[in-house]
Amino acid sequence: MDECRHIETPFSAEVARELQAGQRVLLTGAFYGARDQAHRRFAEVLAQGGELPVDLRGQLIYYVGPTPARPGHACGAAGPTTAGRMDAFTPQLLAYGVRGIIAKGDRSPGVIAAIRQYDAVYLAATGGAGALLSHCIKEARVAAFPDLGTEAVWRFIVEDFPATVAIDSWGRDLYQIGPAGYRSVQ
Amino acid sequence: MRELNTDLIAARVAALCQEANFGLPADVLTALAGAKEQEGSPTGRRILDELCANAGIAASERVPVCQDTGMVLAFVETGQDLHIVGGSLSEAINRGVAQGYRDGYLRKSVVVDPLHRVNTGDNTPAVIYYDIVPGDNFRIAIMPKGFGSENCTALGMLKPADGLAGVRQFVIAAVERAGANPCPPVVVGVGLGGTADKALLLAKRALLRPLGASNPDTDLAALESELKTAINALGIGPEGFGGQVTALAVQIEAFPTHIAGLPVAVNISCHALRHKTWVWNGEQD
Repeated sequence: MDECRHIETPFSAEVARELQAGQRVLLTGAFYGARDQAHRRFAEVLAQGGELPVDLRGQLIYYVGPTPARPGHACGAAGPTTAGRMDAFTPQLLAYGVRGIIAKGDRSPGVIAAIRQYDAVYLAATGGAGALLSHCIKEARVAAFPDLGTEAVWRFIVEDFPATVAIDSWGRDLYQIGPAGYRSVQ
Repeated sequence: MRELNTDLIAARVAALCQEANFGLPADVLTALAGAKEQEGSPTGRRILDELCANAGIAASERVPVCQDTGMVLAFVETGQDLHIVGGSLSEAINRGVAQGYRDGYLRKSVVVDPLHRVNTGDNTPAVIYYDIVPGDNFRIAIMPKGFGSENCTALGMLKPADGLAGVRQFVIAAVERAGANPCPPVVVGVGLGGTADKALLLAKRALLRPLGASNPDTDLAALESELKTAINALGIGPEGFGGQVTALAVQIEAFPTHIAGLPVAVNISCHALRHKTWVWNGEQD
């Protein structure tokens, strides 16, 4: 289970279905960054039947708010933020066509059900490893909502960005399965 | 009367904000290395390896350990015989925070008000606590606190009859409920006694104590050790993927309380427990 799979992003529903909870992946390609305020705006746009400022169908969304890049660096520290705050928005975005999420921390039953329903996947990057992960980001630019600063929508180009499959398209949840194996209390 | 100029304090705060964000304290690095020895889960060990590598990269490239460079807490101890000159101390601290976050390419994570959520643009204001102490020295500890862990804070106004068992249960439940969200392995700060607000502040201050230095009270030291074992038995593990190391330490601070109450507060820090202190004892620099 600890062997690594290299994946190009974005990827298809077929690839999403092959991923297994607990599996380690290295992502190369493009994905988008968005967190709290951007999600609120996405929800407003979708509720009014509008178009999102970037086409996120088939794409991965990384919940991140990077630090400013030092001169000569592509991106500042850019680790994942806690996913649970986006739980209210995620089913709607998966229904719209987002392929998957990269973040950290467990998800609500509603999100897990939506991941199963839409052949999506939830990948966890290592929380608090922002400096390490910044090395995998080759390009970072604001793609929408620049007024939101760090909370804007970002587009990243990454190389061998490490993540772990936390919830697979079958709804298997590493945050349940993993701790259960090490729990030693009544 | 000895004098300390706020310009020096602002400059020091700017440096402390950066140093705290770029480098984990030695005791935290030691605890992470120790956790690697203790962790039985291969995934957990890999995560701990990543965290140690991450700390190395952050220190050498002067990039933040974590992109959540936090809201700044400043714990000030100022001698009652010291004269602070050059304007408002609180303004100087905030000036230092703004400069440190700008110069250090740190993330500005503070919004003007909780409902409208417009960013202040310079990571101010800091949350500042003042203690007036005997003497004429000045001490300031800067702690950038990320909100992945801060959001997992818990306060319980227990009944005196709940006693030790109630406290134990409350703390363990708070860490279990937090699960993966505060980025385990965590440091668990516990505040016991006082009033509701005092208990929360004790829990926060407990995080500043050197890791592994038990509470001098033997009962509390025993409770710290017992809670750490119980929390690690939850199996949450590094990043919540399962494992034997969920808490690097449990640190308790206590204070007298009212006959009718048993406040207990839990304030969790992620593994990136960042803080930096400057002590001024009259030397010019």
